Amino acid sequence: MRPILMKGHERPLTFLRYNRDGDLLFSCAKDHTPTLWYADNGERLGTYRGHNGAVWCCDVSRDSSRLITGSADQTAKLWDVKSGQQYFTFKFGSPARSVDFAIGDKLAVITTDPFMERTSAIHVKRISEDPEDQTADSVLVLESPEGRKRINRAVWGPLNQTIVSGGEDAVIRIWDSETGKLLKESNVEDGHKKTITSLCKAADDSHFITGSLDKTAKLWDMRTLTLIKTYISGVPVNAVSMSPLLNHVVIGGGQDASAVTTTDHRAGKFEAKFYDKILQEEIGGVKGHFGPINALAFNPDGKSFSSGGEDGYVRLHHFDSDYFNIKI
Amino acid sequence: MTEMDIAARAAQLGIDWSQVNLDSIDLPTGENFGIESDDETVYHDDQLEFDTGFGNIIVVDHLPVVPREKFEKLEGVLRKIYSLVGVIKENGLWMPVDPVTNMTLGYCFIEFNTPQEAQAAKEKTQGYKLDRSHIFAVNMFDDFERLMNVREEWEAPPTQPYVPGENLQKWLTDEKARDQLVIRSGPDTEVLWNDARKKRPEPVHKRTYWTESYVQWSPLGTYLVTLHKQGAAVWGGADSFARLMRYQHNMVKLVDFSPGEKYLVTYHSQEPSNPRDASKVEIKVFDVRTGRMMRDFKGSADEFSIGGPGGVAGASWPVFRWAGGKDDKYFAKLSKNTISVYETETFSLIDKKSMKVDNVVDICWSPTDSILSLFVPEQGGGNQPAKVALVQIPSKVELRQKNLFSVSDCKMYWQSSGEYLAVKVDRYTKTKKSTYSGFELFRIKERDIPIEVLELDNKNDKIIAFAWEPKGHRFAVIHGDQPRPDVSFYSMKTAQNTGRVSKLGTLKAKQANALFWSPTGKYIILAGLKGFNGQLEFFNVDELETMATAEHFMATDIEWDPTGRYVATAVTSVHEMENGFSIWSFNGNLLYRILKDHFFQLAWRPRPPSFLSAEKEEEIAKNLKKYSKKYEAEDQDVSLQLTEQDKEKRNALNEEWEKWVMQWKSLHEEEKLERQNLRDGEVSDEEEEDEYEAKEVEFEDLIDVTEEIVFSD
Repeated sequence: MRPILMKGHERPLTFLRYNRDGDLLFSCAKDHTPTLWYADNGERLGTYRGHNGAVWCCDVSRDSSRLITGSADQTAKLWDVKSGQQYFTFKFGSPARSVDFAIGDKLAVITTDPFMERTSAIHVKRISEDPEDQTADSVLVLESPEGRKRINRAVWGPLNQTIVSGGEDAVIRIWDSETGKLLKESNVEDGHKKTITSLCKAADDSHFITGSLDKTAKLWDMRTLTLIKTYISGVPVNAVSMSPLLNHVVIGGGQDASAVTTTDHRAGKFEAKFYDKILQEEIGGVKGHFGPINALAFNPDGKSFSSGGEDGYVRLHHFDSDYFNIKI
Repeated sequence: MTEMDIAARAAQLGIDWSQVNLDSIDLPTGENFGIESDDETVYHDDQLEFDTGFGNIIVVDHLPVVPREKFEKLEGVLRKIYSLVGVIKENGLWMPVDPVTNMTLGYCFIEFNTPQEAQAAKEKTQGYKLDRSHIFAVNMFDDFERLMNVREEWEAPPTQPYVPGENLQKWLTDEKARDQLVIRSGPDTEVLWNDARKKRPEPVHKRTYWTESYVQWSPLGTYLVTLHKQGAAVWGGADSFARLMRYQHNMVKLVDFSPGEKYLVTYHSQEPSNPRDASKVEIKVFDVRTGRMMRDFKGSADEFSIGGPGGVAGASWPVFRWAGGKDDKYFAKLSKNTISVYETETFSLIDKKSMKVDNVVDICWSPTDSILSLFVPEQGGGNQPAKVALVQIPSKVELRQKNLFSVSDCKMYWQSSGEYLAVKVDRYTKTKKSTYSGFELFRIKERDIPIEVLELDNKNDKIIAFAWEPKGHRFAVIHGDQPRPDVSFYSMKTAQNTGRVSKLGTLKAKQANALFWSPTGKYIILAGLKGFNGQLEFFNVDELETMATAEHFMATDIEWDPTGRYVATAVTSVHEMENGFSIWSFNGNLLYRILKDHFFQLAWRPRPPSFLSAEKEEEIAKNLKKYSKKYEAEDQDVSLQLTEQDKEKRNALNEEWEKWVMQWKSLHEEEKLERQNLRDGEVSDEEEEDEYEAKEVEFEDLIDVTEEIVFSD
């Protein structure tokens, strides 16, 4: 089916997130306003105004009532999804790169970038049920887990017992979310060779996939950090996502922004590439963006997905019936 | 021991040291005072070979025997001869005289300053004819002992047991008749089989830092040559790529094989310290199999090129152009106003002299015969016409010559079997402001070598590319204006008349700037490389129809495999993007694509010519159906096998995955309660499916009711 082009951002997209029901799509971009769309027809529902910098990441609570966003304006904000009002701001001394609600939505993990003399950090914040009670206190702060290297994504492990992080030093780390102790690290042979740009976990928190500038995406067991699969992309990977319905993985990327002007869109760099999750073979690709793909997300029903590009567009694709019968 | 120590020791022994007269002591003779050392190493010293110091002395024999009176004169003559070669030492000439007869003994000793001079003197004057009965026999003084000790009776040298060498052409016996190719990317050099049936390459051999600059196959595919700081090396063999031979040449830059791969030419040029000077060039010719250096050439770059503006970087490669054919008999060098043709029996100039051709700018060998074509541009402001000539080697007889007027440039193109020579001539228009092009076509194999002039339909068209059909009688030309020039095909034969050129057809407005004929002819790729983004058109010239059009984005190189079955297109690291290569079938099906960062080079391993006679080949072509049946069955088998293997692999992968999923499911189940607690009792993801119930609700809406009366007949 023809993709729905959603033009609402003026700057490159950074992140896409569906709510659990799959009827809403949140998009973040380098302009300062996260936007909410109907996931079915791509109609714009509203925007969340208040940030003063690029918005890197967002997450929505299970009941779709609350939104958390992390921004380069050195804050993470909590929003009321329905009204678009911000009701709390976490202030950090450096840009907030990634946010993730825990199971139960009572905790959130926020990572901050190395900035000035600050190192990167992972913060765990308690999210109060009643917005009135919300405080800025951290439950746990992991200072400089990767030193001067940036952490690009941190998510909760099964049962909120662990936090999985990945970033510029290409190592995936699993931390104890209670004590902050380092539990596991990906080793040199299995691990990525370059910056990890994205990380996406399965709905049941059993496994997750990472994308890296080393032109591969890798699938890991979330409890043991065992490398299960490697997908070779041929271009630096900026975004990864997994189909909740079929054994498919979608990988998006492109070369560095500096090389974009010298590239023809026909070079096929800006495709969202579909891989068979088990056989690791490429199934197909979805072209359309005229810049690298920065964000990918599957609808929780697995019947549509959306991609966000450096070109400022969100493209919403509903799969044709053929897609569900792909055999390789 | 110091003197103090000695005195103390003497006092200890009760000797008055001051009374001892050391000079009165009689020591036993001999270096060891007659006491033999038990240190064995001392004796080995005796076996050291001392330089006798006579290396710079030669012995000249077969001199005239002269009396005292003529002694001075003979000595004068000898001094004159030998001082041309080197500096004779003071008192370095000694002619012994028989004390009885007072006559000379017919030989003399000459001592030079250096052994090198002596060696040169020996080589230069060996066999020198002083007069009819006195022919010099010159030997090194040091050789005399060896020569004296030669046994009178000839002794057969011991027969070395025969050690069979490796089959260097084993790759040709591949059961699947695949071809090999070598690729270089990053620090790695890899030799691969092109397995078109499996649609992927199969590795043969891979090495990191195999070469320090590039690699090259020998023309018949036997060797792979690599370049290193110390020289070049060739690799090959039956099973793995073992090193077969090394050729020492420091800082070698370029290499070239003779067409029969008997000789290897290596090239090195040194940038001069003073930018005004020409760079120094050193070229060595090696025998490939023995590794022996056959000859080396040294000199400034001017001696190896025709000069002109582009001469800074050294000579244009290859400096030596080898005559066609497999016997590697001649090679030629072009320099200013001279063509030097060498023959490989003695590695010296034919007839001991070069050919003087004023202002010659280009030479070209026939690919099969020892015929040299050369081009001399106009001279004297147009008074002397330009000419193209064919010269037979070694006789240096001019077979044919054609004078051309108002020529700006000429390019010579030989057809691969040496039957035709096309000369593209760029001429000035009358105003001399622009040029137009035409062709002079030589038919070498016909009597008197007839020449035909061919002009394009539109004379003003620029010619962008020209290519002969390998082993065929057709050629293709890209002409016209960029970016959409036309492509025309011509044949050297016309339906009835074999001696006339005819046009086969023209394709209008093609995005092409390069032509690549299949090595077996018939098919051609019209390619738009570089600026044209890698447009490819696979064209059948027999039928004059396009088989396929495709694109390998930004392709920089195209190379047919030696059998003409597959084509490789590559994007090399001229630019960073999309480096790698693609393999296509001859009719333009993309078979597979390999991406490699920093991709530098791709080269198919050449095959030696087939042993089948032309008649046999024709017969096979005729009965192709019969032969192909066998191979089709094989193909079928391979693909079946493949799917079988694939299935197994897939099953294994699926099973492994199932295991993971099972494990995750059970864990997920175990943690169900805890998760519920985290969510304040809300049930987990899976169970909630029941929360919703899909209900089908039907309802009717009455939108509008109208009544219409319909008449029926």
